[in-house]
Amino acid sequence: MNAERVELTLTVNGEPRAVAVEPRKTLADTLREDCGLTGTHLGCEHGVCGACTVLVDDEPVRSCLMFAVQCSGVEIRTVEGLADGDRLHPIQQAFWEHHGLQCGFCTPGFLMLATSVLEARPDIGDEELREVLASNLCRCTGYQNIITSVHAARDQMRP
Amino acid sequence: MSWTGRSLRRFEDPALVRGLGRFVADVADNHTGARHAAFVRSPVPAGRIRSIEAPAGASVFTAASFSGIGTICARLDRPDFVPLETPVLASDAVRHQGEPVALVVAGSRAEAEDLAEQVIVDIEATRPVLDAAAATDPDAPAVHRGLDMPMGNNVVLDARFATDELEAAFEAADEIVEIEIRAHRQNALPIEARGAMAAHDPGTGRTTLTAANQMPHMLRTALADILNVPEAELRVVTPEVGGAFGQKMCVPREYVALVAAARLLNTTIAWIEDRSENLLASWHSRDHSYRLAGAFSRGGALLGLDADIVCNIGAYSNYPVTFGVEPLMALAELPGPYRLSQYRVRSRAVTTNLCPIAPYRGVSRPVLTLAMERLIDTAARRLGLDPVRVRRTNLVTEFPYSMPTGLPVDPGSYSETLETAVEAVDLEGFRRRQQQAAAQGRYLGIGFSVFGERTGYGTPAFAARAMEITPGYETVRLEMNPSGDVTARIGASPHGQGLATALSQLLADELGVEPRQVAVVHGDTDAAPYGWGTFASRSMVIAGGATKLAGQRLAARLKEIAAHHLEASPDDIRLEQGSATVAGTSIGMALPEIARLAHHSSHRLPGDMEPGLAVSATYDPAGTFSNACHAAVVEVDPDTGAVCLERFVVIADAGVEVNPMIVEGQIHGGVTQGIANALYEELVVDGDGNLLTASLMDFLPPTACEIPDIEVTHIQTVTDASITGAKGVGEGGAIGAPAAVLNAISDALAPLGIEVNEMPATPSRLRELIRQAVPASTAETAAAGG
Repeated sequence: MNAERVELTLTVNGEPRAVAVEPRKTLADTLREDCGLTGTHLGCEHGVCGACTVLVDDEPVRSCLMFAVQCSGVEIRTVEGLADGDRLHPIQQAFWEHHGLQCGFCTPGFLMLATSVLEARPDIGDEELREVLASNLCRCTGYQNIITSVHAARDQMRP
Repeated sequence: MSWTGRSLRRFEDPALVRGLGRFVADVADNHTGARHAAFVRSPVPAGRIRSIEAPAGASVFTAASFSGIGTICARLDRPDFVPLETPVLASDAVRHQGEPVALVVAGSRAEAEDLAEQVIVDIEATRPVLDAAAATDPDAPAVHRGLDMPMGNNVVLDARFATDELEAAFEAADEIVEIEIRAHRQNALPIEARGAMAAHDPGTGRTTLTAANQMPHMLRTALADILNVPEAELRVVTPEVGGAFGQKMCVPREYVALVAAARLLNTTIAWIEDRSENLLASWHSRDHSYRLAGAFSRGGALLGLDADIVCNIGAYSNYPVTFGVEPLMALAELPGPYRLSQYRVRSRAVTTNLCPIAPYRGVSRPVLTLAMERLIDTAARRLGLDPVRVRRTNLVTEFPYSMPTGLPVDPGSYSETLETAVEAVDLEGFRRRQQQAAAQGRYLGIGFSVFGERTGYGTPAFAARAMEITPGYETVRLEMNPSGDVTARIGASPHGQGLATALSQLLADELGVEPRQVAVVHGDTDAAPYGWGTFASRSMVIAGGATKLAGQRLAARLKEIAAHHLEASPDDIRLEQGSATVAGTSIGMALPEIARLAHHSSHRLPGDMEPGLAVSATYDPAGTFSNACHAAVVEVDPDTGAVCLERFVVIADAGVEVNPMIVEGQIHGGVTQGIANALYEELVVDGDGNLLTASLMDFLPPTACEIPDIEVTHIQTVTDASITGAKGVGEGGAIGAPAAVLNAISDALAPLGIEVNEMPATPSRLRELIRQAVPASTAETAAAGG
């Protein structure tokens, strides 16, 4: 039942967010309910589908498997932080141009997963990239256009 | 240049890639003060409720709270149909595991779930009946006790069809090929599970249900009927919907309960389904068994087909299409694109203590295509013929063709897609490679599947099923606004198909505007005309057709106004690049000028023309058939039973492709679900009726690593069955892929004498077949020995 709430400050997309949450509250629910960042979606709530993927200190995590109280002092990045004002991030642009989404529900998770891998390994090969993208589930696209989109973004983002 | 046929980027996408799409959970989480619901569900598949005890002070609704509220019941008006009523919450009996028994409302989802765990439901468990064949045994428990079942125990539909001379066809046959096909229970598995938010406004007395759903108007009608409230008091909004594939088509009892509770509490209540609930109790799919006997000539001609089909429809009916959709579609469409004159079929629906079935991408057609295509390949093997040759011998080549059941088939490219696929896979080259691999103890196989995808069928087609609620038409209300841009309001309810973009392309061509000047409004019963929603590969054909008709009407109005002011004939006016111009001259009026005039200076309109620029059109076609040939190349590991898909080739004919990028995306996604259905996904229930696959650790959708690049080639056959020329493409990928994959596995394992007739063909199933085929020996030595 209602446990005592813990006050903490999260850093989300570079901005401090003061929240008071039950210790059992996941990072995903906290982002959605306490920070108003509903771009992070929940598809399974048990760590398989990856729709809720966000970046914690630039590493992709399942935000449904992490508690908010574990997130003090880390940098959290969500899909809302990708675009620079009206200018889409290259990964967003690539998904748009290559039809890497249909219903768009799993898309934020894929975008964050792809962003983290392309930032960390701009020259990652096709085979390994496919394996990384196999972390998340999509039910609409058959993955082909997601892979095409991430390839295009890789070419765009390469320094 | 025409906008139709261009792979325009989708207008839907910028919001979605920014995380700004509003799915139902997003609407709920952004709604201040929404309360949250959790359902208490039956832990057993069959039993009688003795008592329900709620924790003190909790807001808990049971069937008793909803007295005066009706049941959910859709009917077919035919004598071989037994209607099944679904109570909104289980009252005395529970009939499947996960059936909702009580609804708990609290301040947050977590609190509601905590309280739901404290509700004590005392159920006297009874023996469940799980298997459809066993359920028809006179001694089996009746799932719906007290309901008259004149066609047999638990038999709720028993439909038959026969031509006159089937027996003669079987007597004349050189070879009679008998096979049994089993398609196990699956889940459509949209990544967004179901969810809804019911908001009652005590001021207006109106309730708005925001819901993950494919048929908003149908849902509104159902709610009004069941809750006995005027339809005008209800509004259904379908915001962004995170995939549906049929699972969000039918009316869920949870949504009805939510609206009822919100009205009783005068508040807003959200329910967001979790994945285990979704796997257990949303809607299941497939679960068909087919027994086929095909009469073949020595040369491979199909002379007659005898079929017995049983669909395990679970504990209740869906609404509005009923459980009849599965067996009746199978009965009507089983022969597929193969010429056949003698056909006999019996198709039954049997109720059991399992989760109810709803349509899932392709409905019966993935299974009926699997059945026919396995029959063709088995016959070919039995007759010593090439399976491609047997297909060539039997495929329909002259149109219009009438199936034995009377179903008309419009022009298609069945043979052309097959021949193109044979070329694309280099069949001869593959056979050589297959032999070389066999010499190394490797099992390569190739499988084809040729099929038609009946799409875009309107009222007459549904009426043939004798549906009390007969879907079919779509209406589009189109208006050019005073500023010269265009708003199209549609009854269809897209959820990922990019329909808004594609319709704007059609309208741009009709009106001479840019697609981005068209706003498509959908998914709100207060804003859109009554319609049937998005399902059955229908939207581009039917909503697209209505859009084109409305566009033509609006264009005629614009031309008439322009002609009046330019002193020309309407026939000479061209709508291009945002203007109405007199052909061959530079004389013209900008469309915003005409729009402003029509709205704000209506006294200057010609004759008795009414003010404004609003038109409406409805389209209700008889239906058309898309078609395709799929070819799968696989390697089977005989030691593990694992199947590796080397290639997957699709030759698709969806008629005119308004936006080819979207068409191709639909094919990719459909094929991927077909492959998933063929190899991986299964809801497994133990002997006591417990679901063993209630998480994504056990129910296994494929990832990017299991799905090969899908090689698509397009053919476009012209049809006059659809006024846009588009034939519909949403389900085809899922329809054809299982047959191609199972044919390929069977081809690979042919040296062992194995025919794979069960889907999904999981490693354990394949290992079992290999063990039976090669007793006490390894597959390799058997292959080497012959």
